[in-house]
Amino acid sequence: MSELALSVCELSKQYRIGKRAWYKTFRESLTTVATLPLRKMGIMRDTDEAADSELIWALKDVSFEVKRGEVVGFIGANGAGKSTLLKILSRITEPTEGCARINGRVGSLLEVGTGFHPELTGRENIFLNGAILGMKRAEILRKFDEIVAFSEVGKFIDTPVKHYSSGMYMRLAFSVAAHLDPEILIVDEVLAVGDAHFQKKCMGKMSDVAGQGRTVLFVSHNLNAVEQLCNQAVLMEQGKIRMRSHDVRSVIKAHLNSCMGDSAASEWHFRYETKADPWFQPLHFRITDAAGKSAPMPSGNDLEHWLEIDAEVWLVDPALKVGYVIHADDGTPVYQSFHVDGPEESWPVLSEGRHVFRTRIPPRFLNEGTYRIELVAALHNRQDIFQSGRNAPTIFLTIRGGLSDSPYWMAKRPGILGPVMEWTVQAK
Amino acid sequence: MSNSTAAISEVPAIHDIAKKAKPAQKFTLEIKASKGWVALNFREFWNYRELLYFMAWRNVMVRYKQTLLGVSWAILQPFMTMIVFSIFFGKLGKIPSDGIPYPIFSYCALLPWQLFAHSMTESGNSLVANQHLITKVYFPRLCIPTAPVISGLVDFAVAFIVLIGMMFYYGIYPGWAVVTLPLFVLLAACTSMAVGLWLSAMNAMYRDVRYTIPFLVQLWMFLTPVAYPASIVPENWRWLHGLNPMAGVVEGFRWALLGRTEPPGISLLVSIVMVMVMLVGGLFYFRRMEKYFSDRV
Repeated sequence: MSELALSVCELSKQYRIGKRAWYKTFRESLTTVATLPLRKMGIMRDTDEAADSELIWALKDVSFEVKRGEVVGFIGANGAGKSTLLKILSRITEPTEGCARINGRVGSLLEVGTGFHPELTGRENIFLNGAILGMKRAEILRKFDEIVAFSEVGKFIDTPVKHYSSGMYMRLAFSVAAHLDPEILIVDEVLAVGDAHFQKKCMGKMSDVAGQGRTVLFVSHNLNAVEQLCNQAVLMEQGKIRMRSHDVRSVIKAHLNSCMGDSAASEWHFRYETKADPWFQPLHFRITDAAGKSAPMPSGNDLEHWLEIDAEVWLVDPALKVGYVIHADDGTPVYQSFHVDGPEESWPVLSEGRHVFRTRIPPRFLNEGTYRIELVAALHNRQDIFQSGRNAPTIFLTIRGGLSDSPYWMAKRPGILGPVMEWTVQAK
Repeated sequence: MSNSTAAISEVPAIHDIAKKAKPAQKFTLEIKASKGWVALNFREFWNYRELLYFMAWRNVMVRYKQTLLGVSWAILQPFMTMIVFSIFFGKLGKIPSDGIPYPIFSYCALLPWQLFAHSMTESGNSLVANQHLITKVYFPRLCIPTAPVISGLVDFAVAFIVLIGMMFYYGIYPGWAVVTLPLFVLLAACTSMAVGLWLSAMNAMYRDVRYTIPFLVQLWMFLTPVAYPASIVPENWRWLHGLNPMAGVVEGFRWALLGRTEPPGISLLVSIVMVMVMLVGGLFYFRRMEKYFSDRV
């Protein structure tokens, strides 16, 4: 059995919820101190009792071990405790109970560009940020050229970073972080920086790190990244570990299933207690058949499906675009589509009030399986209203059967799509 | 839930692992909840000395960025104060200055005073100002309130050049006592550090502190013989004056550099003891509160 890099034993962390500014004022503290003897004697009721009800366990009795060289991905919904766990392991905050034992030098990246100062140049920030992340000066000097080359900021290295574009800023920040080489690396959702090209480069760098026998703990909402990088996955739910396995794919599936469990459905309704968006608010999002009736799930692949968005347009804005992103069951986006994808003359004219947007998904185009469909909306190039992976209303389309009319194609074929394509064969 | 239990059993439960005692397995770090007072960890602080250097360097670099006058502000601040003091206290107020020209008398005191006042203010606000670091990266928290004291020393060194010029101008040359000057600089730095430790840790818990600091600085200045000589304090009250370490520092500066005042005696000793008590207390208090910083600041 190989050496352990990390052993976590019944780790728990309690937080007080409510206002973030829950630091006590001096007066409150004085009151607490002054009434202490009275409370001790039971004369006065403990005022903390009421406060206790606001305490939540962000992490409760979490135990696991990680062997040297393992790459562990932590997934789960927001607030499941992933980030709290990483914060404790990076020693930023103390656990309330339990312990964690670590063997090796830890480097943690809970954010890129921590400590970057806008007034300092790129060069100066590399040194400052490197030192904050725990690198030695000599180490930074040695890797300096590599860091600059990786970041692609080139000649701007001696410009104050406040003049950088946000992309350049993030690239430089990530580059410093990427050149940190601790024995145990803790990473929280920092890969989503820069453009697609740079993200690819980041992923490459991450798999290099993972490949060098380094132990990596990795939190991400990017399930593809988790699947590609990790050889073990942990699914967290409400501060506890719900599932842990070396079969990363099965953990991801369980996560997606549990996401589905909330709505479980091919229909989404706006809950009136939540705050509506000031521009555009979908009220009802569902999958229907050609006749406009809610499609039964699972559905056959030989049927056509329509996505129907019944929505209120509050403010008419020519930049408004409404659409959807469809994801395969492992989280891979299949494609996205917007109601303004056609030429400008063909765009529907919106006015204030209720509208029903409908779009067709052709039959025998998707494959057997469950697809996650997110409703996305944005003011083009200005502002996201419903953003994929963040606040997009989500429904699921499950397709089973009806794959083709061919006797040779009865079972599911591998692939994200399963379209029946046209063939012609001519004798020559 | 049924599939999840199956998956968990794939990995041995932690209790089983614990039972199979593995003497070979060693851990370099244990993370658990600390209780009460915590031991100081100077070794770790020493390991992070480069970070401390970079933080101090950042403070220096950033302080005068995008200013026209740049680092000359380090000189202008005490120099302008000296002019104002000389006009109002020296000329108009006729405050005695132990037979030393009032401008150099006050400038010589303003240097250590501003070192203390700036370092203490910045140190006291440092945790709040660096909260984005505290919540994202681990490093010995002690670096944060320490760095402003170091960068304060840099400003002090710059302003000190002017003092040398003034000494030539007034033809005042220090005697052997000048070798004790580093001691007084150290004492001023330790005082600001000691107060800064207490203030920064309290500031992270209670923002009231932020508003108290400017007031504290002002009040403290009146209790320190910056604008007036310590000799106007009645003899039998001198020891009480010594409870204010900055009084010892300021008098020490005048004695070491200008040489015409009486050498610091018992009050300096009281000052040193006072600073040591405040500093050690501050270190322990800071260390004790450390665990709350990232959640509360």
